[in-house]
Amino acid sequence: MAAGTDILKRTPLHDRHVAAGAKLVPFAGWEMPVQYAGIREEHTAVRERVGIFDVSHMGQVETSGPEAEALLQRLLSNDVGAIAPRGAQYSVLCSDDGGVLDDVFSYRLGPDRFLTVTNASNHERGHAWFERHAREFDATVTDRIAEHAMLAVQGPQARAVVGPLAGGELPERFTTAELTVAGVPGVLVCGTGYTGEDGVELLVAPDGAAAVWDAVIAAGAAPVGLAARDTLRLEACFHLYGNDLSEDRGPIEAGLGWCCKEDTGFVGADAVRRARAEGTAEKLVPFALTGPGIARQGNPVVGGGVVSSGTLSPTLGYAIGLAYLPMDRTQPGTPFEIDVRGKTRAAEVRAKPLIPEER
Amino acid sequence: MAEASYPSDLSYHEEHDWAQIEGDVATFGITWYAQDQLGEVVFFDPPEVGKAVRRGEPYAEVESVKAVSDVIAPLSGEIVEVNDALSSRPEAINDDPYEGGWMVKVKLADASEVDSLMDADSYQELLT
Repeated sequence: MAAGTDILKRTPLHDRHVAAGAKLVPFAGWEMPVQYAGIREEHTAVRERVGIFDVSHMGQVETSGPEAEALLQRLLSNDVGAIAPRGAQYSVLCSDDGGVLDDVFSYRLGPDRFLTVTNASNHERGHAWFERHAREFDATVTDRIAEHAMLAVQGPQARAVVGPLAGGELPERFTTAELTVAGVPGVLVCGTGYTGEDGVELLVAPDGAAAVWDAVIAAGAAPVGLAARDTLRLEACFHLYGNDLSEDRGPIEAGLGWCCKEDTGFVGADAVRRARAEGTAEKLVPFALTGPGIARQGNPVVGGGVVSSGTLSPTLGYAIGLAYLPMDRTQPGTPFEIDVRGKTRAAEVRAKPLIPEER
Repeated sequence: MAEASYPSDLSYHEEHDWAQIEGDVATFGITWYAQDQLGEVVFFDPPEVGKAVRRGEPYAEVESVKAVSDVIAPLSGEIVEVNDALSSRPEAINDDPYEGGWMVKVKLADASEVDSLMDADSYQELLT
């Protein structure tokens, strides 16, 4: 994590953010837009219509070569062999002892070529981890962060907005297509996102980013900052590395056992297998406060456990979050209490996602 | 509230709080700058009537979607009234920070503390 005094990296859309009146904040070494018109307005735009996010701080690592798949099978928790041509897959990177080093999306660009999207704060460490393990394989690992700006267009109208700008059919959910978008060739369009809404993510050459951004905004998308990205992902119960995931927690207790295929022999698989068989002391669950207040990351749960993410849900109008709770208190409906800066706040375990899927 | 404003009849504390002094009672709130920095306020946790507040120390909490912040007392005294309307409508702190967004009324302990506050012009200089 870069200190505030370090020189912050800027995305190719920095001028656009300044012109749009964004509040810019340091985030993982980048100067990023946290808010434009207001968190709630931006949040609602994505839930009800369409918004565009600059997420160019996200990293990309390309893995290519005859043993690219074998290398990724070793590094990633999911079954990389199951990624169809042009397919996408979520997984975690584990350390040898089964702690989570990063959570990533990988796209199969060709039979022997993959692109893995890393978290900004983990990118350098992740890239080094890839490099280190690549020595044992006939595969090449390349840092591609400098070659990509990354835009996410999300919301019920996202496809209707991007579709007419694209020189071809938009990819289905969890697949990719290389298309010309807004006159910019070679955009990798991915049917993925981090909001719980339909939409696409666009990996575009830095010098083409402004043209795509402008065209999507002109077609009706609202610019949305990182603050609303956080409230949107939390309502959908998507994990945030650094909050809900860390080296100190394994994927089983984080509720990510579904993306771990221990038989593939990934780094950390033995520890994950053990955790799955023996159970864990705590598990990550969604919750809502049933009274006033807002719980935040780090607030202790009375009787054991801790809040890993918490905010006010703009959709629901009350406080929600994710918390690690003792195993016997993880059933939806279980009441519990959170110590919020010395005040006891009433909470209840909820099912995932926190907002209804059909609204 | 779209436009910054700093009414000239208020006194200002460097932690971005205002006080409106009427005799030995003062009304407290946060400034336009403070609410703009916070973003949309979604929760106001009021103090209790009768509680003592000390100049420069927190007496209440406001939460935006993103974060919680302490509200600092610009003067010392005892809380005699709390703006209960903020519990159901905390957004008044953004929409109307100097009128509907007032937070507490305080019976002042030491009238001479008032001299330590800034006028609107000095406060705006601090912001630049």
